[in-house]
Amino acid sequence: MLAFLLRRVIQAAAVLAVVGLIAFAMFRFAGDPVNQIVGPDTTVAERAQIRTDLGLDDPVLVQFVRYAGNVVRGRFGISYQFRQPVSQLLAERMPATLELAFCATVFALVVGILMGVYCALFRDSWLAGLFQAVSLIGISLPTFLIGILLIYLFSVTLGWLPSYGRGDTVRLGWWTTGFLTASGLKALILPSVTLGLFQMTLIMRLVRAEMLEVLRTDYIRFARARGLTTRAVHLRHALKNTLVPVITIAGLQLGSVIAFSIITETVFQWPGMGLLFVQAVQNVDIPIMSAYLLLVALIFVTINLVVDILYTVVDPRLRLPAGRTA
Amino acid sequence: MSGRDIDAGDAPPVPLVEVPPSRLARWRDSDLLANFLRSKTAVAALIATVLMVGLAFASPWIAPQNPYDPAQLDLINSNLPPIWQADGQAPYYLGTDDQGRDVLSAVLYGLRLSLIVGVLGVVTSGILGIALGLIAGYAGGAVDTLIMRVADVQLTFPAILIALVVDGVAKASFGSALDVGPLIGLIVVSIGLSFWVQYARTVRSSVMVEKGKDYVQAARLIGLSPPVIMVRHVLPNVTGPVFVIATINLALAIITEATLSFLGTGLPETMPSLGTLIRTGNRFLFSGEWWIVAFPGLALAGLVIAINLLGDWLRDALNPKLQ
Repeated sequence: MLAFLLRRVIQAAAVLAVVGLIAFAMFRFAGDPVNQIVGPDTTVAERAQIRTDLGLDDPVLVQFVRYAGNVVRGRFGISYQFRQPVSQLLAERMPATLELAFCATVFALVVGILMGVYCALFRDSWLAGLFQAVSLIGISLPTFLIGILLIYLFSVTLGWLPSYGRGDTVRLGWWTTGFLTASGLKALILPSVTLGLFQMTLIMRLVRAEMLEVLRTDYIRFARARGLTTRAVHLRHALKNTLVPVITIAGLQLGSVIAFSIITETVFQWPGMGLLFVQAVQNVDIPIMSAYLLLVALIFVTINLVVDILYTVVDPRLRLPAGRTA
Repeated sequence: MSGRDIDAGDAPPVPLVEVPPSRLARWRDSDLLANFLRSKTAVAALIATVLMVGLAFASPWIAPQNPYDPAQLDLINSNLPPIWQADGQAPYYLGTDDQGRDVLSAVLYGLRLSLIVGVLGVVTSGILGIALGLIAGYAGGAVDTLIMRVADVQLTFPAILIALVVDGVAKASFGSALDVGPLIGLIVVSIGLSFWVQYARTVRSSVMVEKGKDYVQAARLIGLSPPVIMVRHVLPNVTGPVFVIATINLALAIITEATLSFLGTGLPETMPSLGTLIRTGNRFLFSGEWWIVAFPGLALAGLVIAINLLGDWLRDALNPKLQ
């Protein structure tokens, strides 16, 4: 068990080190950092001085160690566009992205599980057919197209919901939240649905398939034979056993939700990290790009690690030493 | 079925060695074709795909306007609605945008561009993935570990993020004012680098199975070199799954290009793909010119759904477990 955990932690650290190396290579070699700082009338001598001050003449290995040391202390450099520390920019934008990702995941879980259960229990109803068709569209269509469609329906035509921004936010310490105002909550609806739709279809299909599988097993037949109500059999016995893989997938997908928020945030001009990243790519702002890459890698690796650990807690078979597994 | 009757009627009297049927006869006789004709969805998807590909590549001859030629645009004709609305004018059947560009022509040309970039992206990622998968599976050992570890690390990131990073880094290195030609190349490479992992994994696992078979041993015994064995003998036996991945990835590659263009890091507005057209049209959503964004969006959605349905059918048809 301990050896397994240790191995996973070492693997996670290795992945982070590789991504760190890529981020450093981008930071150092894509474009000349000096050119991004100086103006057109800076003399050659001044450029050389800046180059020495930044430590760009040191051996690459020394530079990498220095970069890694800075990153660990949360120093990602200065943004070329905004002339502000990248860490500060990311910290300002992070609450918006995390709140959006949270709402999208909750939406995907709740609606996806409900639709999946319905499709499994009433396989041949027309509503189940409709859900299946919707899920096909949800998987096929690009995220930005779905976002535009929703904006056209609910903002342009019906005028019910705002099409961009977070609405009014409330500041709690360094965290800004849209959960506490009516306009903030309204602004969350369309982006959350857009971002969560793909996950929702995934969860719906998964729940449907797992439920159909479970409903065929002996213990369900036995539960029916014992005279339990249909509701108890379906919800307490069948649904409960389908939820383990669903939670796993939802957990693993949380990372993709944060990464895919790049697109949703652009469609809805949502002031989060994804929009910051897209603007950085458009304006070739390397410090923000490399910092964002590192941050996403950290989130992904952490989620994978936590899911692995939870697995060993939930499933006792994984705790047996190798060779004794049944 | 008729193929079989003809074959039976024309069969030569008692051949000494059984003559294998021709490729065409085998194809007409195959389960794959019968399965295809039985699936209404697959036939409809194929017809839709062929129709769109045909229209896209015929666009220079059938489109009323060349949208890449600024001389053909006239501001007097800007923001015209589609022909069935009150102010609609022929030949602008689907209306015009704010530059006086015909939406139908722009969609046809954009469809062609999206298809070209998508296919090139799939080919690039396929070649990269197949080559690395062959090498990893055939060589084994440290080479295998290295390639598959890189694949594992990459698989933890969504493809669109990798494509964006490759795109951004390349622009930082070469300067952001690239010509359209190199720009298309850059997008193709970004897509290729984002999607190679799946091919590599599939090919590798198939190669590891094939490697132990007699024909590979025989090829090795007669002294063929590993590259020849890999490409001439192992590769043809592992192509089935690769085609399925390629079909499904074509839809993904088209979506990736459209997304890059929509985010403003893809093709420019002077040479718009469907994604660029949607990006431009999105600005007019609130002023009521819905047709500027609706028709490129419909074209993209139709193309992607048709290709996805084909890919789904192909996956099920080639899966022996489902038969």
